[in-house]
Amino acid sequence: MTLTLERPVEAPPVEAPAPQPAPAHEAEPALHDILIIDYSGDLERTWATMILASTAGAMGAKCRVFVTFWGLQVFVKDERRITGQNWMQKLLAFMQRPGISHRKLSKMNFLGMGPWMMGKLARQYKVSSPKELLEVAQALGVEFMPCQMTMDMYGLTRDDLVEGMAEPVGAATVIGLMQEGSSPLFI
Amino acid sequence: MAALEIAQRLDAKGLACPMPIVKTAQAMKTLSSGQLLEVLATDAGSVKDFEAWAKSTGNPLVESGSDAGVYRFVLQKK
Repeated sequence: MTLTLERPVEAPPVEAPAPQPAPAHEAEPALHDILIIDYSGDLERTWATMILASTAGAMGAKCRVFVTFWGLQVFVKDERRITGQNWMQKLLAFMQRPGISHRKLSKMNFLGMGPWMMGKLARQYKVSSPKELLEVAQALGVEFMPCQMTMDMYGLTRDDLVEGMAEPVGAATVIGLMQEGSSPLFI
Repeated sequence: MAALEIAQRLDAKGLACPMPIVKTAQAMKTLSSGQLLEVLATDAGSVKDFEAWAKSTGNPLVESGSDAGVYRFVLQKK
């Protein structure tokens, strides 16, 4: 390997102090993408996910929701009762009914009394249901990305999931998005 | 700048968070630049929320006020 070093006779011309590029859009803040990791299938957390995702969409933010573990059960079509390929996957679906309209509270579930009362109060105070918010979020361009590994573990096919889901992805996609500056939120 | 002529009105009274903002975003998509959208809401959180929405989306909040528990916002499409 040859390396020739030519010492410049004089210091390389210092770059003329570049005029500060005038900001094209004055005072327009650089907005981050939003990345929600939807991990829990509990009613209260699902609700929070849907409220924040639809709001992010409404605020013009690029919002992605990575749907993984118990969170993925939320995105199984409501009318699917038993999912999975083998007996264990089917039994799991039987023990915990999938679908966004069949979520349970993590506390005070009381055999469905808790969610029933929450639903009744929500209707009374005109709070949109998670299902309605999901539809709104999708219409506003929020991307819901299912976790391929969780799909495999539950034996779910893309046909089991609600319409309009993005391509299944893995953890590397999630980390990559964070590295690129997405604001992460683990729910 | 166009006169303060409301191009579209949105009644979000009675709706809870986040629907006033969501419906505003949807209504705004149908307007063209410079047009005004008037929103009526009863959600007390919407006062701060509309400021935040206007700041994030760049659509200026040109008027806001309240009367007898009804909040009124006028937003201009950027």
